[in-house]
Amino acid sequence: MSYSTLKDVEEFTTVQSSHDRPNTLTSGHRGCQGCGEALGARCAIDAAHRETNGKIIVVNATGCLEVFTCYFPENSWNVPWLHSLFGNAPAVATGVAAALRRQGRDDVRVIAQGGDGSTFDIGMGCLSGMFDRNDDVLYICYDNQAYMNTGVQRSGATPPLARTATTLPNKSYMGSDSQTGKNVPKIAMAHGIPYIATASIANIPDLEEKVRRAIGIHGARYVHIHVPCPLGWGYPTSETIKIARLAIQCGLFPLFEAEHGKQVRSTQIEDLIPVEEYLRSQKRFAHLFGKNAPADAIGVLQNIANSNIELYRLSGGILNA
Amino acid sequence: MLYQLEGSQAIAKAVVLCRPGVVCAYPITPQTHIVEGIGELIRSGDLSEGEFINVESEMAALSVAIGSQATGVRSYTATSSQGLLYMMEAVYNASGMELPIVMTLGNRTIGAPINIWNDHSDAMAARDAGWIMLFAETNQEALDLHIQAFKIAEKMLCPTMICVDGFILTHAYERVDIPFQEEVDEFLPPYVPNIYMDERNPIAVGAMVSPEYFMEVRYLAHRKQTDALEIISLVSDEFKRQFSRDSGGLLRKYHTDNAKTVVIAMGSVSGTIKDVVDELNASGEMFGVVSLVSYRPFPSAALRMVLKNVAKVIVVEKAFALGIGGFLSQEVELALKDIDVRVISVVAGIGGRSITRNLLKECFLKRTHEQITFLGLKEDIAAEKYTSLKLHYLGGMI
Amino acid sequence: MPKTFATVIEAGTSLGNHTGSWRTIKPEYIAGLPPCSATCPAGENIQLWLSLAKAGKFREAWEVMVRDNPFPAIMGRICYHSCEKTCCRGQFDGSVNINMIERSIGDAAITNGWKFADSAQNSGKKIIVVGAGPGGLSAAYFLRKLGHEVTVYESRAKPGGMMRYGVPRYRLSTEVMDAEIKRIEDYGVKIICGNKISGIHDDIIGEFDALYAAIGAHRASKTDVIMKNGAAVIDAIDLFRRLEETPMDLPSFGQKVFVYGGGNTAVDAARTALRLGAESVKIIYRRTINDMPAHEIEINAALSEGIEILCLRTINSIDGNSILVDKMNYDEEFEILSKSGDTEVFQADSVIFAIGQAMDTGFFRDFDAIRVTEKGRIEVDRNMMTQEEGIFAGGDIVPGKRSVTTAIGHAKKAARGIDTYVRGVTMPNKTKNDVAHFKKLNTVYYRKDPRINVSRPNDLSFHEIGVSYSDREIVRQASRCFSCGNCFHCYNCYEYCPDNAIIKHLDGSLEINYNYCKGCGICSSECPCGAIRMVADEKG
Repeated sequence: MSYSTLKDVEEFTTVQSSHDRPNTLTSGHRGCQGCGEALGARCAIDAAHRETNGKIIVVNATGCLEVFTCYFPENSWNVPWLHSLFGNAPAVATGVAAALRRQGRDDVRVIAQGGDGSTFDIGMGCLSGMFDRNDDVLYICYDNQAYMNTGVQRSGATPPLARTATTLPNKSYMGSDSQTGKNVPKIAMAHGIPYIATASIANIPDLEEKVRRAIGIHGARYVHIHVPCPLGWGYPTSETIKIARLAIQCGLFPLFEAEHGKQVRSTQIEDLIPVEEYLRSQKRFAHLFGKNAPADAIGVLQNIANSNIELYRLSGGILNA
Repeated sequence: MLYQLEGSQAIAKAVVLCRPGVVCAYPITPQTHIVEGIGELIRSGDLSEGEFINVESEMAALSVAIGSQATGVRSYTATSSQGLLYMMEAVYNASGMELPIVMTLGNRTIGAPINIWNDHSDAMAARDAGWIMLFAETNQEALDLHIQAFKIAEKMLCPTMICVDGFILTHAYERVDIPFQEEVDEFLPPYVPNIYMDERNPIAVGAMVSPEYFMEVRYLAHRKQTDALEIISLVSDEFKRQFSRDSGGLLRKYHTDNAKTVVIAMGSVSGTIKDVVDELNASGEMFGVVSLVSYRPFPSAALRMVLKNVAKVIVVEKAFALGIGGFLSQEVELALKDIDVRVISVVAGIGGRSITRNLLKECFLKRTHEQITFLGLKEDIAAEKYTSLKLHYLGGMI
Repeated sequence: MPKTFATVIEAGTSLGNHTGSWRTIKPEYIAGLPPCSATCPAGENIQLWLSLAKAGKFREAWEVMVRDNPFPAIMGRICYHSCEKTCCRGQFDGSVNINMIERSIGDAAITNGWKFADSAQNSGKKIIVVGAGPGGLSAAYFLRKLGHEVTVYESRAKPGGMMRYGVPRYRLSTEVMDAEIKRIEDYGVKIICGNKISGIHDDIIGEFDALYAAIGAHRASKTDVIMKNGAAVIDAIDLFRRLEETPMDLPSFGQKVFVYGGGNTAVDAARTALRLGAESVKIIYRRTINDMPAHEIEINAALSEGIEILCLRTINSIDGNSILVDKMNYDEEFEILSKSGDTEVFQADSVIFAIGQAMDTGFFRDFDAIRVTEKGRIEVDRNMMTQEEGIFAGGDIVPGKRSVTTAIGHAKKAARGIDTYVRGVTMPNKTKNDVAHFKKLNTVYYRKDPRINVSRPNDLSFHEIGVSYSDREIVRQASRCFSCGNCFHCYNCYEYCPDNAIIKHLDGSLEINYNYCKGCGICSSECPCGAIRMVADEKG
C-alpha cells in the first residue's frame, strides 16, 4: 500500500477506503481495542459484499468473532449471518449452499468464517469434507494463532515456542512445541480445490483482491487471513498492523495464492527482516530473549521463515538462521 | 398402494414423498439402508430436485441440515447410536435455533462395548435436547410418522426425531401402504420458513444470549414442547381423515378400558406385548397396553386419563439410566404421582437381547417385583461377575 | 411472521452500543507545521501547493504560492531553498525538488499570463515603500493586496534591487524578472525609478500613512587587507551592477582571477568572471569548504566549471599582482580558527572582493528614535516597525539572515504590521503549530523514488541554467511530498479502524466518531504523515 510517486492515490482505491463501503461489520461490536480479527472480517466481508452486490450469506463458527459481533440484543452484522457451533461452520455453509441451489438462488454466495481454533482443530473434519465435496463455499480463516476467546490457549496454529496459557514456558519447557505448526493452506491445497490464498490485514488491497477473486469462483475456496491479537500476543493495541506487516516481512507469514493444488502467485517481500525483529515485538516470545533463553530458539523460527521464503519464492535471498 | 418392503425402504419412500430439499447421509448401522434408499430415489428421479449430500460425519450431517433448513429448505437426515452422540452438539443446536429438521433415529444401543443391535439408549441420550421424539411401532407407522413429522416440525418450529427400532423395523420386510405423491402433497404443503438466510433481510441467527434472557428462551422452548402435544394429536387426526389410517398421536390404547394392569412400552416391542396380553386376557386376566408414540413432549395428562383407574402399571423399557433405573418408568411415575398406582420397571431388550413372549408373560404374572426387573438377565453370569468385580473395588477395605 | 426470540437479531443493532466509553486515550487529527514551511523564510505553504501541483492544479498551486511570495519564478531560481534541507523526505530517499517545482509553476504563470487575485477593498491609506528590491516590491504587493495605495521609490534606473544588480543573469534571466515585477505593477503598485531618496524627510515623498524602508545593503564591507602598488581589486556588488547597467564598460579582469569570500556573492562573482573570459578563477575562503555560506549547489556548479576553492586561507595583503595569503588552522576541538603562520603568494591579474555588504544608515539619520545595532542594522519590533511610529524596515538592513527570501518574509510581516497600524487595530496573536518531524512519520507507506537532481548543462554563458519541469514531471516530483503533519487523505485511518470509528464523508473529509472509538491507536500508528496524535481522553 505505498503511495507511488507516479500513480495517483486514486489508483489504489480499495473498498475499505470508499466512503460508501458496506460496513458489513458495523460499530458497537465488543472486539477488544486494536482487534485484528474485527478488521480482517470487515475487510473480507466488505470486499465480498461489494463484489456480489450484497448477495452473500455468512456462516460463522463459534469464537471471538462470533461472540463479540452477535450478542443479544446487539448484532454488528449487516449481512445475513448464521452461527451454529464451534466445529461445524463449513458443514453448515455446505447446507446453506445446497439450499440456495435447491431454491435456484445460486447467485447468492456463501461464506463460512472462523478463527484458527475452529479451522485448524475442532472444525478440521468438516472443513476437509467441504473441500472434498468441492462445495460452493468460500471459507475464510482469521488466524490469530491461539484460542483467544477462551483466554489464549494453544491451537494448531500457534507457532512453535510461543507462550500461551497452556504452553507457559518454564526452566525445562520453552513454549508451544509443535515443530513447524499445522499448515492449513497446504492441507487445503492437498484437496485440489480451485482457489486458496493467504492474506493479511497489513495489506488490504491484496486482501480485497484475493477475496474478490475467491468469491467469483465456484467450488470450495479457502482464504487464510493473518490477524494479530494484541491481548494474546502481548503488544500495544496500536501496533496490530505493524505486527502483521512484520510477520510478512520476515517470511513467517507468506502471502501466496494456489489454484487446483498448485501455487500460482506469491507476494515478494520488499524489505526482508530477520524473524527476531518480529518476535521481539511480542511478549509471547519474550522468553526467547531472556537470560535463560536457549541459543537455538530464534533459529528454529528463522528456519521456518527461510523455508517459507524458499517454498513460496518470497525473496531473492534468505537470512542466515 | 401396498408393497412388501424393508422398513428402511418404506421410510426412504416416505421421506422422498415429503420432498425434502436437502438430505444428508452418513452411514451407520442400522440406519444406513434409509439414506441409501433415499439416495437411490433422488438419483433415479423420484426427487430429482433434491440435494443428496454425502458428508464426512454425523456432526456434518446434522450441521448441513441446519444450514439448509436455516436457508429455508426442508431438510432431512438419519442416524443411529454413536452417530447421534457424535452429532449431539448439533442436536441441541437445531432445536435451540428452532429449525424444523426431521431426522430418523434407527434405534441402537450405545457402546462401549460396541454393539450394533437395538435398544433405546441412543434416543434416551437425546431426550432433553428439545426435539419432538416419536416412536414407531410398525413399519407402516414409521412411514406415516415421517409424513406427519414434517408437518408437526414445521408447525412447531421444532426439530422432530422419528425413532425406529434398529433391525427389528429397519431391516424387517413388512407389508406397507405407500400413499401417492398427490396425497402427500395435499397433506404436507410446501415448506414456508419462519426465518431464513436472505440477503434482502439480513438477520443474524444464532446469537449469544446472556443470563438476562437465557431463561426466557428456555421457558418458551418448554411451553412450545408442551403445546406440541395438541399439534401432534391434531396432525394425527388429520392424517387419519385423509389416509384412513390410525397412525401417530400421543399414545395408542389397547384394552385399557377395564384393565387392572397396563403395560406401557415404546416402539416395536408393543406388538409382542399385545400378543402376550391377548393370551393372558384369554385366560381371564385383565391387562391392557399403552403404546407411547410421543415420548417428547411427554403426554402426562393423556397417560393420567388412561391410567386413572388402573392398579398396576408395568413399564417395559429398552433403556435405563445407570445407577437409578428406567427413564420411561420414572417419567410415568411422575405423570401419575397423584394417582394411587404401582409403577413397575421392566428393563428389556438391552443391546438387542431377545424379548420373548414367555419372558414377558412370566414377568407380567409376577405378584411381586424387584425395584427394577432385568428381563432375561443371565443370573449366573451376572452374579459371578458381580462378585469378582466387587472384590476388586472393595478389596482393600474388606 | 413469528420471530425466534433472542437467538435471532435484526442487522446492525450493535450501533446502540457506544464502545467509546472504553476509551482512555483518544486520537485527534492535527495540523502540523511541515518542516519545509517552518524553515522557509518567506513562510510559504509549500505542502499545500505541492498537493495542488500533485493533483495537476497548477494554477491553484500558484495562487497558494503568491499568498506568501509574489515571485515564484524568480525564487524558483535564486532561493537557496532551506526547505529542501529540512524536508523529511531527505531522510528517506532525497528531499522533494521544491525549488524546481516552484520555478516550473512560476514559469507556467508567466507563460499563461496568470494575474493576482483581486485586492481587498480600497482602504484609502497611502503607503510609501523605499527600495524596489525583492523586499520592497513584495511589501508593495502585500500592501496592495490588503487594499492600500502603494508607491515604490527606487534610486536605480530599474526595479529589482539585488535581484537585478546582485545576481548574475545565468541564474536569473531578465525576462523572468521583468515579467514578475510587471505583474506587481499591473496589480496597481506605482514604481518610481531613478529617484534616490537620501532621507525620509525629502520633499518628494509628501503625505503618507506609513513607510516601509527596504533600501538594502549595497555598500561593500570594509576590509583590513593591505593593498598597495595598484592592486587590481574589484568589488563584487559593483561588478554585478556594472554588468547590468553598463555591460559594455566592465573592469578588466585579466586571465588569473581570485575571488575573496565564501558566500553566494563570491561564488556568483567567480562564475561571472569565468564567463567574462578569465582563464583561471580561484576562490579564497578562510574556513573549510563545508563552512562556506554559499549554497552547495552553487559551489558544486562552480567546481564543475573548473573554479578552484582555496580553503583555510585569508588574504593578508595585495601588492600589485601579488597576493600574500595566510594559511589558517583549526584547533583540535575544531572550534577556534587561527593563522597557522604559513604563508603563500599567488600571482593574480585581479582580485574580486565578496566579503559582505553594509547598508547606508544615513537614510534614517533624521530620526533619533530609530536605533542602529552594533552591526549596523536597524532595530525593529515583531511587526517590523522601527522605534519611529509608522516607519517600518526590513530585508538586509534589519538583523537576521540576508537573503532574498528573508526579505520577502520581512515584507509579508511588515505588510501585516503596517495594515494593522494604519487601520488602528491590533494584530491577533498567531499560534504556530508543532513542527512535524521525521520520527512521527510511518514511512512504510511511501514508495522509494529517489530524488533526481536536475542536471545543469555546463554552458559558460550568461544564458539561464536549467529548464523548467514538464507538467508530468511537476506532478511526479510534487507527488514525492510526504505531507508531513497533515492529512493527505490516504484513508489509512478509515481503512484500518477495527471499530469503524472514522467517518469518511462524501467529500473525502474525515472525522472521528468518538461514540465508537475505543482508543486503540492504530489510526495514529498507521498514519503515514503523523497527522493523528493520541491524547489523554478527558471525557466526563
